[in-house]
Amino acid sequence: MKFQGKQKAEPGIPLSSLPDIVFLLLIFFMVSSVFKEFQGLPVTLPNARKIEKLQGKRDVAYLWISKDGEVSIDDRICRVSDVSRIMYQKRLDPMHPLKLVSMKIDQGTPMGIVTDVQEELREADALNINYSAKPAY
Amino acid sequence: MLIEKKKSRNNSDIPMASLADIAFLLLIFFLVTTTIDVDRGIGLSLPAKGEETEVRTKNITNLLINAQGEILLDNEVIAINEIARRIEQKLQENPNLIVSVKTDRETKYDVFIKTLDELKMANATRISIAEPTG
Repeated sequence: MKFQGKQKAEPGIPLSSLPDIVFLLLIFFMVSSVFKEFQGLPVTLPNARKIEKLQGKRDVAYLWISKDGEVSIDDRICRVSDVSRIMYQKRLDPMHPLKLVSMKIDQGTPMGIVTDVQEELREADALNINYSAKPAY
Repeated sequence: MLIEKKKSRNNSDIPMASLADIAFLLLIFFLVTTTIDVDRGIGLSLPAKGEETEVRTKNITNLLINAQGEILLDNEVIAINEIARRIEQKLQENPNLIVSVKTDRETKYDVFIKTLDELKMANATRISIAEPTG
């Protein structure tokens, strides 16, 4: 009598679709990645508890104020009196009209400079601001 | 002859075996370089220039912060972490209350943010930031 040998089960995972999966992931990361555009000034952000996420990263201007009162907009050092002019130009940009100003201010900055900059922002009609802060637990 | 043999081989395909390797390499590159750090902070809308409204004095609570970071709420010195509770009480009494935050020019930004944070925690939506003095 002839015994039929047990049929061999294939133990391997099918690898033929692996490149497709990898490509899919690759395209996802390529599309979703936003490269860090700005280096900014050295600031230590304050802590806060009731913070919210920034909506959309594309039409945001970043404004840094360091402890010594240096002001930088999107990596360019500028004077406080220039803020309104620069912000106004950003608002007129046809491709990316400015929607929000993210303020990255050092926790030791005196409020005088902060208010001066805010007045400049009001001058340029850039009224939506966000005080960047780290979450405190 | 050996040379003839080589010529006759007609191999026009691009080798696809290394495709997955290349894709993996790119994938790892993008995985490493992407920074998923979300910007977070306290949002605020500034009033437009020249937009000044008259407010009844009974609807205003003055919150003063001096250069040393001491807080004065309605002529009473309080601690920062007390603000939320106090303002919440006041908002229950008067929902139209406007909190007017006034700082000194030398007040540290940290104190200001902590105060704003406390106000947000008390669900105070009507916040006014006055020009600093000093």
